Amino acid sequence: MKRFFDAELETFRSRLILMGETAIRQVRDAVKALVEADIGLADRVIAADDELDMLEVQIDDEAVRYMNLRAPVATELRMVIVGMKASHDLERVGDEATSIAKRSVRLSAEPPLKPYVDIPRMAGMALEMLRDALDCFLNGDSEKALSVCRRDAEVDQINKQLYRELTSYMIEKPGTISRALELMFISKSIERIADHATNIAEEMIYLAKGKVVRHTDEVKKSSISSTSQH
Amino acid sequence: MTHEPVSMETPTSPTRPNIPLASVPGSASMPAVGTTLIDIQNVDFYYSASKALHGITLQIPEKQVTAFIGPSGCGKSTLLRCFNRMNDLIDGTRVDSGSIRIRGVDIYRRDVDVIELRKRVGMVFQKSNPFPKSIYENIIYGLRLQGVKDKSRLDEVVEKSLRGAALWDEVKDRLHTSGLSLSGGQQQRLCIARTIAVEPEIILMDEPCSALDPIATAKVEELIHELKMKYTIVIVTHNMQQAARCSDRTAFFYLGKLIEYSPTRTIFMNPENPQTEAYVSGRFG
Repeated sequence: MKRFFDAELETFRSRLILMGETAIRQVRDAVKALVEADIGLADRVIAADDELDMLEVQIDDEAVRYMNLRAPVATELRMVIVGMKASHDLERVGDEATSIAKRSVRLSAEPPLKPYVDIPRMAGMALEMLRDALDCFLNGDSEKALSVCRRDAEVDQINKQLYRELTSYMIEKPGTISRALELMFISKSIERIADHATNIAEEMIYLAKGKVVRHTDEVKKSSISSTSQH
Repeated sequence: MTHEPVSMETPTSPTRPNIPLASVPGSASMPAVGTTLIDIQNVDFYYSASKALHGITLQIPEKQVTAFIGPSGCGKSTLLRCFNRMNDLIDGTRVDSGSIRIRGVDIYRRDVDVIELRKRVGMVFQKSNPFPKSIYENIIYGLRLQGVKDKSRLDEVVEKSLRGAALWDEVKDRLHTSGLSLSGGQQQRLCIARTIAVEPEIILMDEPCSALDPIATAKVEELIHELKMKYTIVIVTHNMQQAARCSDRTAFFYLGKLIEYSPTRTIFMNPENPQTEAYVSGRFG
């Protein structure tokens, strides 16, 4: 039986998907701006952050309204709760993309410290995690969501490796400190993006199964140590 | 085949020291909260040729609130009325197979004293039905039938029951006015007071708030919450949020079948059956 307010939930869902797509585009463009030293693209990323902020506010507003007036239960209630939490994570992903874009503008003024290999690779992994987490929202595939959680440790590992490498640069050549620090923060931003993707994936498991997997062995299983040093 | 007569009275009854169906509230022999009080096994029920319940099996725990939900005609009230054999009053009805046991005693055994059963298993109906008597007389009606005449005991029961039904403060100065002079919500609480006056073990409630306004409903729900400290409550409701607010366990029925029976939190947060989900979400029914 269709209810007269079903369209509201559909709009809510579509808005979250739009927010996910926008966040993915922001991260991809920010990293591209870094690698290609494209200041124009970086500026567009910085300007577009408002879109994500607005979407988050709209999603919050719609979720509160829906809970207040429609008294959802079961899957619907989980959908609204998960939507609110995921939109918060996506807004933070946008903030990290903006941070990468700002740093790429500053880095573009100097020659690259080293060829950008690890950072695009790491960003590719984080983006894939985000994409998979959002796919789980679309098709309820909680197995895929679980794999996102487990992949987080690999991104953490690259971040640590970059941290060690960039620290060596700074010790050996103090003239590289400002560039190395910018890259270190960028690496950290990507690592945070993967963390947000993990949060979203965990929420999607909750949505699909009604089961909380955050901070459980289930999501840590078969992952390498994910303790962050920074 | 003959059976020993089975009493529905408490073990403290001075008249019939038979097999107890109920124990005294608060006594040391009282099982821990959560133990099964009503055990329904594979019950089929008929209204003449029409089968209203199909192989119902569920266990109702003691001193908890169990809600029955489901669309009209799904059999929830029929099952509720089986617990005190109210259906016996309707011609052509029968529990065709299976058993309903209260504390292990099959209440459909031929030698069960139905009057005693109904003392142990009280009932509150959709429409409040005070007798056209004073508030005081409404409360002591059951005790009068039992032949209790001691004025001080009757006074005590009236106060205790009205306090138990959260009505005492509102009516203590007019106990001898008609029960029908009370508001709808007060009348319903008067009926609850009348039910608890005979110290039942189980209280069945068949849509007790459907005729009440939100304030009176809130008072009855508050009362249900307090009553479960002493009584086992089974409530039939069409108000899903009421089931969510008041009950510990919820059973969903559809077309005479038990579809899902789980802790209320599970039914409303993560039901196993898609039909349950559709019903609690208001998508069908």
